[in-house]
Amino acid sequence: MATSTILLENVWVEYAIYGLANRSLKKTLVGLVSRGRLAREVNEELARVVALKGISLRVDDGDRLGVVGANGAGKTTLLRVMAGALKPARGRIRRVGFTSSLFDVSLGMNSEASGWDNIILRGLYLGLTLLEIRALVDEIADFSGLTPEQLARPVRTYSSGMQVKLAFSISTAVRPDILLLDEWISAGDAAFVEKARQRMNELVDQSRILVFATHYDWLLAGTCNRAICLQDGSIVADGPVADTLAFYHGNQASVG
Amino acid sequence: MTETTANIGAMAQSSMRRTVWEWDGNYTRSAIDDVRLGLGYWPLWVRLGWQDVMLRYRRSMIGPFWLTISMGIMVFALGFVYGGLFGMELKRYLPFLTIGFLVWGLITAALNEGCQTFIESEGIIRQIDLPLSMFPLRVIWRNLIIFLHNAVIYVVVVAVFNVVLDWSLLLIIPGLFLLLANALWSATLLGILSARFRDLPQIVASVLQVAFFITPIIWMPEAATTRPLLIEANPFYHFIELMRAPMLGHAPTLTNWGVVLVITLLGWGGTFLFYRRFHGRIAYWV
Repeated sequence: MATSTILLENVWVEYAIYGLANRSLKKTLVGLVSRGRLAREVNEELARVVALKGISLRVDDGDRLGVVGANGAGKTTLLRVMAGALKPARGRIRRVGFTSSLFDVSLGMNSEASGWDNIILRGLYLGLTLLEIRALVDEIADFSGLTPEQLARPVRTYSSGMQVKLAFSISTAVRPDILLLDEWISAGDAAFVEKARQRMNELVDQSRILVFATHYDWLLAGTCNRAICLQDGSIVADGPVADTLAFYHGNQASVG
Repeated sequence: MTETTANIGAMAQSSMRRTVWEWDGNYTRSAIDDVRLGLGYWPLWVRLGWQDVMLRYRRSMIGPFWLTISMGIMVFALGFVYGGLFGMELKRYLPFLTIGFLVWGLITAALNEGCQTFIESEGIIRQIDLPLSMFPLRVIWRNLIIFLHNAVIYVVVVAVFNVVLDWSLLLIIPGLFLLLANALWSATLLGILSARFRDLPQIVASVLQVAFFITPIIWMPEAATTRPLLIEANPFYHFIELMRAPMLGHAPTLTNWGVVLVITLLGWGGTFLFYRRFHGRIAYWV
């Protein structure tokens, strides 16, 4: 099959943070009609956030790309742009390969629905066909360690540990070409944590591209073969993990 | 890798999944892609729509028919009271009232819930790249399910009052199709606007409340012969009439069809332009 790739060219992400008045159609219209004499708060300068400033980046097949940077540097935004959820205001993106993002393991789970239903729904959210999901259901149930009777009950009745195990099992059951990770995920009691660690390693090993944002150097060093450093929405370093980490910490030391 | 775990990358050709994704500022292409992919995701929105209906009435033994019964009781109670007040024959008034309520229920649900289309799925929209067009489809689908449950009341009324029907009944098929087509663009447009302007849902709800009283639903069009504009200029009237006329045994007028067709074309055209321009911003607004 075709090789996977993620290509970003001069990607800008910017958005306004709307105040209460800007979110009101009535006030916005009054402001427009009165040319700003009434409902003055609408016309006050909005906080505009420029989250990514002209990011150009090429991630190739085989890359395990680590992303570091201070809080608010744009790591999460970059991952969501790669996931396709946030569309950039300017710039081009080309992404080849089936992509899965593990930002929130319980994404799309409905606590009123049964465990079985949640397995099927998550599969559909990922774009699998019902046939493909059927092939995965048993493995997911087995991995979660939940009994068929438990899976038949609404997720709302589960203990929080059970919920997390199920969510983890569902969201890691599919092996994507491109895996996007915002912090490492782990779940459950001691025995499950070990199982989960193995599963995550498998997932990472079998993906063709990994993009992994984390605050933990040792995780990054153990997983990635390339790293970028984001600062204020721009890439300020790109290269081997050790170099990027050295740059990042040197930078932090000089700033802090 | 365990044997039972599927390697999805290898099976990618077999389904609707997006393996190549491009964003280059070509809004037209990405909007069309989004709509095509949204239709292809039907297993998801069909299931979510069913789940919405079932969970809403899960705690009652009869499920969504609970709504059917409550609407049935309301229609019969109103029928007796207003039928008496207006001095109308029940045999004529009750079928008229029932159908009006049925169709109005679908219209208001599509518009009111349409406002929540994207807001109610904000978590998912912000995190994964699902086609956004599947969300209006889900809203309209779940309201079609509820409408069909409620339609049981109509069958009962036809049987009880011996409503005479003819071949024009078949016209409810294109009628319902047009109704749903308009519900779809309305939910899309209101969904986007409500994500941006959070007071729109309340405005829509208030407008609909007024519209209910000025539209011939509980009163018959003959009662307003001195104010024909009140009826003819009211788009809701034409939509209701498109269903009500064939369900009462006669065809809708050409004016009814014409008004609805024009609104359908304008609505879809306008909504597509709007969607094309703003579909990339929805994830930032919700």
